[in-house]
Order: sequence, then C-alpha cells, then structure tokens
Amino acid sequence: MAAPAVLRILTALVLAPLLLGVINRVKAIFAGRQGRRLSQPYRDLFKLARKGAVYSRTTTWIFKAAPVVSLAAILAVLVLVPLGPGGPALSFTGDFILAVYLLALARAAVVLGALDTGSSFEGMGASREAAFSALAEPALFLCFLVLAASTHGLTLGVLLRGAALSSTAPELALAPIALFIVLLAENSRIPVDDPNTHLELTMIHEVMILDHSGPDLAFIEYGAAVKLWIFCAVLTGAVLPPLTGDPWLDFALAVAGVFACAACVGVVESVMARLRLPRVPKLLALACACATIALILTLWR
Amino acid sequence: MNVAALFEPLMIALILTNLALLVTSRTGVLIRLIAAQGAILAFAPLFPSSNLPVHLALLCLAVFAIKAVAFPYLLSRTLRRIDADPLIEPYLGANLSAAAGIGGLLFSLWLEHRLPVPPGLFAPLLFPAALTTIFTGLILVVTRKNALTQVIGYLAAENGIFLFGAPLSRQGSVWLELSILLDVFVGVFVMGIAIHHINKTFESIDVDRFCTLRD
Repeated sequence: MAAPAVLRILTALVLAPLLLGVINRVKAIFAGRQGRRLSQPYRDLFKLARKGAVYSRTTTWIFKAAPVVSLAAILAVLVLVPLGPGGPALSFTGDFILAVYLLALARAAVVLGALDTGSSFEGMGASREAAFSALAEPALFLCFLVLAASTHGLTLGVLLRGAALSSTAPELALAPIALFIVLLAENSRIPVDDPNTHLELTMIHEVMILDHSGPDLAFIEYGAAVKLWIFCAVLTGAVLPPLTGDPWLDFALAVAGVFACAACVGVVESVMARLRLPRVPKLLALACACATIALILTLWR
Repeated sequence: MNVAALFEPLMIALILTNLALLVTSRTGVLIRLIAAQGAILAFAPLFPSSNLPVHLALLCLAVFAIKAVAFPYLLSRTLRRIDADPLIEPYLGANLSAAAGIGGLLFSLWLEHRLPVPPGLFAPLLFPAALTTIFTGLILVVTRKNALTQVIGYLAAENGIFLFGAPLSRQGSVWLELSILLDVFVGVFVMGIAIHHINKTFESIDVDRFCTLRD
C-alpha cells in the first residue's frame, strides 16, 4: 500500500521549515561555520506566532487578509502535488494549471498587501516580484509541457513520475534544469534574490513583508517554506521515478530527494553571487530557452 | 551502455553550446565555449559503430588538437594581445539571439523532413544539430560587432559543416576533411593578424567603426 495522502501532506506541513534549516546548514558548512540549529526556522515561527501584530494606520483589510490568503492558496497547492508513489490527494485533468495559478494567487496577495502599506519601498519590491514571476511563469509552464509531451498525461500525478531518469531521451534532462532555475527565482533564492539581505537595492521578497509582524509574518514565512517544499517536490517528481517498487521506501526516497534539492539550493547559494537585477531576466530567458529546446526535441521524437 | 546511446546526449550538448554561444556576451567565455564545441565534435566521427580504423582515429585527434586546443589558444592569445574592450554591444541582444537560435533549430528539424536524404546516412539528431550549429555561426557573424566574436561565429559555422561531413568520413573523405581543417587553421591564423591590425588602426575591434570615414 502506498503512503496515504494525509501522511504525505502532513510530512510536507511538518518538514517544510526544516528545508530552510538544511539550506542554512549547507551554507554554513561551505563557509566553515557551525551554523544555526536545524530547528531554528521552527523556533522563529513559534516566536512570531506568540507575538501580537502591529498594523499601520494607512493599511486596510487587504493588508490583514494578504498573509491568510497567501498561506491558504499555498496549502491548497500542497493537496495537488504528488510525492513518491500513489499520486496526489486530489487529481483531475489540467490540475497543474490550477496549481501554478494558486501559487500566482498567493503571490498576488502578498504583492497587494505590500502595495497596501503605501510605502514606496515595498511598492518597489512588489513591482520586482511581479516582474520576475511573470518571466518565471512561461518557463514553468514550458517545463510542464515537456513533461506532458513525454508522459502523455495532463495531471500532476502522471507528469511527476520521474520522466527525466526513467526515460532514455536525453533532452528530458533539460526540463529539471529549467525547473531548478524557476525554483530559485520563485523562492527568492540566490542568484535572483538574497533572502538574508536587508539592503534596499537588492531585496525582492524580503522588502515586501517588512511591515508584517507577529502571526501575519509567521503565516508568510511558513507559506514561503511550504512553497519551497512544493517546488522541491515538483523537481524531485520530474527527476526521480519510483526506484524500488516498495511504496514506503519510494516515499522515503522522494522525501530524501526533496531535501537533496534544498541542499543543491544551499550549494548554489554558497558558490554564486547574486546577479545584478538587469541580468535576472536573462537567467529566466535561459530557463525558457532550455525548456523550449526540450519541448521541441520531445515533440520531434 | 552501447556507444550509439552516447551520440544523442552528445548532439544535445552541442545544441546547448550553441545556445550558450548566442547568449554569452564575454569574449573569453565564448572562446571556452567554442573549445568545448570542438571537443564534442572530435568525438562525432566515432559514431555510429564502435570499431576504429586508423585514419578515423587520426581525424579525431587532428580535430581535437585544432578545434579544441589550437583555435582557442590562438583566439585567447589575440584577445590578450589586443587588450580590447570586453563588452561591445551587439546589434541583436542575447534574448533575441537565443530566440533566433531556437528558430534555427525548428527550421532544421522541419528541413530534415523535407530533404530527400538517403535513409540511414545521418544518425538521429545529427542533421538538426549540424544545421543549428551553422545557423548559430551565421547569427554570430551577422549580429555581432566584435570582430573576434565574428571569427568565433565563422568557426561555429565551420563546426556545423564538419559535422555534416562526419558520417561520410568512414567512406574515405578523411583527407578532404583534414585539408579543410588545415584551411580553417590558416584562416584563423590570418584573422588573428587581421584583428590585430584592425585594433591598431581603429583602436577597437568594433566593426561599426569601419563605417566612419577618416582622412
């Protein structure tokens, strides 16, 4: 029997903040530091959840609704994304389109919340986030199209059965590369954005949530962690097919794959500098080009 | 793993180096990419069968020595000596060039269906990869202002032509291939000297300056 859908969703809910801990630990190892505890993201979330929220007088209900809408949309995506064998909890034809646009809804909520503060600083971050995600979206869809063309399926459960490793077609390896670039862009990681910086010229995601505090900030931070989990799960699903045939072992391998993706993000953050902002669209265009070549060659076969 | 299974990844790697050539703006990286492309091409005549006649091994070695070692060395030596402006804005930006390259790939896949090629002459993906490489070279020659990048474009186009000839090299055309390699070698040598003179006369290798008349 495959791991029940509830267990897979619970695993994601519980382990998502640990991904951030793993990324930080990998970066610390590269820098020769001991690094913070792996449980530090959990502690931060609990600390924020205990505190009260402060609201500026210029904000309206949009600012208060943004964290809730964003977290709810991201959690809804979690229901659609499979992990390991057994398929997702909910599946229907074209569910990947809903998943992508639920993520867009989450982003739109945070962007609107940032604009609602009336701060030009946050407006700048919101504009950058909207621009870069608009460029990442075609790359993401092209990757899904590549997987759809090779697996002949239109549900995430079929698309994410590890086409890259289970097929002999070498061009399918390009889709995970493009997906990884989209992962870095969508989750505001280096080389697109530096999640640790608080310099106004470099921030994208961090600047949008400067005015949020307490449980609201905890919602957004937790949502960001779950979103990272979702992208890592999609990447793992695109690369790793069920290897052993034993459902529980394959599930454990898929979870390990998700953490391996996080470790890769940590390695990229350790060895690369952040790109200049005008070069980020070039990077995303490269992801689009890789995915397009993969799509052309997949359809050509 | 049999040898033929390695051919398709090699061709896809070649298509990717083409894409990288089109989006890169730094001349130093371009030289390294054209070296990588030369190294990939050195393996191309080995396919599809695994037995290796002496003249074929000679061709592979010559291709590797000239395309992956000698050309990049000559180009980087020229780059060092002229001490040129590393970034000259091209006529066509990176994104449009990449789109043009993908258009070239689409066109070559379409052309493969239209051309009456004897069946079994070209291994899968060889024709589109070769034609895309030629297109990449042409795009680089036409849309770049940097004279050194234009030489690299010329080399990429020649790489594509070489790849077209690779399946025929088993049928005795190896000496023809070698003589072409020698011609290209002399060509790059002359171009290196020409670029040096261009740089001395115009104080840049931006070919746009040729349009400004001087006394």
